[in-house]
Amino acid sequence: MVTRTELSREEVLRILDSVKDPEVPVVSVVELGIVRDVHVHDGAVRITVTPTYSGCPAMRELEHDMRAALEARGASEVAIETVYAPAWTTDWIGAEAREKLRRFGIAPPGRAEQGGLIALVRRRASVQCPYCGSRNTVLRSEFGSTACKAIHYCNACEQPFDEFKAI
Amino acid sequence: MTTRTEVAGTREARVANAAFEHLLRLADDRLVLGHRLSEWCAHGPILEEDIALSNIALDLVGQSSALLALAGEAEGRERDADALAYFRDEIAFRNVQLVELPRGDFGFTIARQFLFDAYSVLLWDALQHARHKPLAGIAAKALKEDKYHLRHSSDWMLKLGDGTAESHARAQRSLDELWRYTGELFESDAVDAAVARQGIRVDHEALRAQWREMVADVLHRATLAVPADGPMATGGRTGCHTEFLGHLLAEMQIVARSHPGASW
Repeated sequence: MVTRTELSREEVLRILDSVKDPEVPVVSVVELGIVRDVHVHDGAVRITVTPTYSGCPAMRELEHDMRAALEARGASEVAIETVYAPAWTTDWIGAEAREKLRRFGIAPPGRAEQGGLIALVRRRASVQCPYCGSRNTVLRSEFGSTACKAIHYCNACEQPFDEFKAI
Repeated sequence: MTTRTEVAGTREARVANAAFEHLLRLADDRLVLGHRLSEWCAHGPILEEDIALSNIALDLVGQSSALLALAGEAEGRERDADALAYFRDEIAFRNVQLVELPRGDFGFTIARQFLFDAYSVLLWDALQHARHKPLAGIAAKALKEDKYHLRHSSDWMLKLGDGTAESHARAQRSLDELWRYTGELFESDAVDAAVARQGIRVDHEALRAQWREMVADVLHRATLAVPADGPMATGGRTGCHTEFLGHLLAEMQIVARSHPGASW
């Protein structure tokens, strides 16, 4: 039996910081920048979220997890609203979360492209291997195990690794 | 008996609810193409491509879901994204015929994707500045995703075009077959004129010129020829489709229609 309590905005944010992305279980929805805003009014919690990718299948699960975490801590009314603007960018991921990604074996995202259309013939700088730190790596595929990742291969330690794509 | 006009709607009806019509056009292009691409899941020529095509399919279906939700609001008849995706018949779909053609071989899939991605990136680039804020938000987000798609399909056009004699021939044949379906992307009608007054303005002529330049640049590098313009297929925007759309929808809609309201 969970006692109904009125959570403060700070408490809500702290609880949400315990909700991890199921695909990247070392960083939270707050660290990823998915949670854009939190309002608490008369015990009702309203969370504004933005999706990472339009088709990210983890979004629905994340909303479920956020709701469950808050309800387990006594929140009685939780509303989650999705907004598309401003569009999510990996630039919102902070230094600490980037280090967590690297230690987990995922190369953190570089700077997101600003404006402009597209360089069709690209010379991307090589991505640093999260395991051995070498830059002697090659891009294997722009698309990886989830929408947010690309696959690289490290020639130095002969390991494939994921990169969190800059978007 | 129900007439075609009653199901597909009259020109007057389309213009009366122009925002709904316009959003359906955007949504249906991506829903149908996303579904076509998903047919490659577990059939890709190599594992990375299987993953890439499935990822792109997910992005497109995700974009269409946001656009259909917006279309449902514009329509004001309580139809949500699922109702619009699963419970409309072929004649009520507003996608261009280009996206409904069977997937063909890998070269055909990539050539179609390239022609569509180039169009889509340019379209979102224009629409992200639309006065219609909810659509501008979706456009800015989709633009980021579609840039990845375009890089992927452009890379492949280079590899196939400038690859072996076989890959070159197949890429060129695909382009030649697809070309007459590209005219529809740049059509402009009374619906476009009506939505322009509501803050959704797209200059299709300017878009076509930019698109041609972008496509010609990649094809030139890929040692492929830009096909000659001839008669163009038309009709998708008002519900006239090739025989292929019905089969695609039957597969896509069967579960939702057999078990209405089911959830899992």
